[in-house]
Amino acid sequence: MSILAYNGGAMVAMKGENCVSIAADRRFGIQAQTVATNFQKIFEMGPHLYVGLPGLATDTQTVMEKLRFRKNLYELKENRRISPKVFSAMLSNMLYEKRFGPFFVEPVVAGLDPKTYEPFICNMDLIGCINLPTDFVVGGTASAQLYGMCEALWEPNLGPDDLFETTSQALINAFDRDAISGWGATVYIIEKDKVTIKNLKTRMD
Amino acid sequence: MSLLARPHYPDYSTAPVQHQFYPYADNGGSVVAIAGDDFVVIGADTRLSAGFSIYTRNQNKLFPLAKTTVLGCSGCWCDTLTLTRILKSRMQMYAQEHNKTMSTTACAQMLSTMLYYKRFFPYSISNVLVGLDNEATTLSGTAKRRFTKLGGSAGALLQPLLDNQIGQKNMEIVSKEPLSQEKALKILKDVFISAAERDIYTGDSVFINIITKDGIQEDKFELRKD
Repeated sequence: MSILAYNGGAMVAMKGENCVSIAADRRFGIQAQTVATNFQKIFEMGPHLYVGLPGLATDTQTVMEKLRFRKNLYELKENRRISPKVFSAMLSNMLYEKRFGPFFVEPVVAGLDPKTYEPFICNMDLIGCINLPTDFVVGGTASAQLYGMCEALWEPNLGPDDLFETTSQALINAFDRDAISGWGATVYIIEKDKVTIKNLKTRMD
Repeated sequence: MSLLARPHYPDYSTAPVQHQFYPYADNGGSVVAIAGDDFVVIGADTRLSAGFSIYTRNQNKLFPLAKTTVLGCSGCWCDTLTLTRILKSRMQMYAQEHNKTMSTTACAQMLSTMLYYKRFFPYSISNVLVGLDNEATTLSGTAKRRFTKLGGSAGALLQPLLDNQIGQKNMEIVSKEPLSQEKALKILKDVFISAAERDIYTGDSVFINIITKDGIQEDKFELRKD
């Protein structure tokens, strides 16, 4: 079994009309045994910038801390907010530095550009190969299920409320068919002047 | 470097030459079936492939076994051919012995037995058997258990969508209306479009069989071909 599927988890990010969403499940488990149902996989990296790190839980936290450190250094040096594009390039570079002994995370980045408020989503593999689609990105052990859901539910120019519903339905129905994902979900809707965080109740089996 | 300089002659090699035969092939494909109160729709994509190559874009994977019984197969195509051949001949023997065609439930039981008979050298097929039960006794001919089922290479992509759209999972406003044939067909086509988008073994077109008490009606639907 892959080390990427040791702890389990599901992650999705979608583009909407002047908004983006990022959502993940809340399970932390060791193989089939669930240990906690309040595990955080999505982290704030700025007022409009969030990163999700599904994969091996220990690397989720290590990579988050390394990212926070590098992002803080950038912002102190440059005296401005980091843009999602620059942040993704930094993350990609950081992961590729460990090309032959990688961190076992498949990051998802979602945010709005600090100047133009242009929606941005991307994901990458564990060694930092960036994928920049126009619709949605998925990650974690339920990625096949998420592809099926997102491909059917997503449409262009979704408003914040519709984007929330689409993202939540895609995530919940996907991880209900994955034994090592689920046990609650968190959805972030990122808009120009507000970020809405919702914790969803889902089936707990 | 000496290893590179010396040519390798297999005939003069002292190591024993090993050959192996792998009896299974994965020819891909997806089958989806949706049952309503008095009908069943079953669809299978028409792509037959092996690895990165396509054998044909026009292979029917639905096998009408009786007037209201259809079997959909995906997986190893040679196993599918063998299984359906034996299945059909056993159904013919049943018909000649009992003077009636096998019911869908009887077909399902026989299929199960035939698959388990090869417990230690199994047929590598995902089977979806659909039909109407009690067709002789019930006037309308009902599919008693309403459910969705699928098998094949795009299984993981499709199942959560069917749970949501047909099973109405994680929905707050649940409609009590029975599933109509039009809606079932619409969802069937939508899930195949989604699957063809991300699964390389699913695509080209979908063969659909609509089974009602009047018999089997055929339909075809085009998918993306890349």
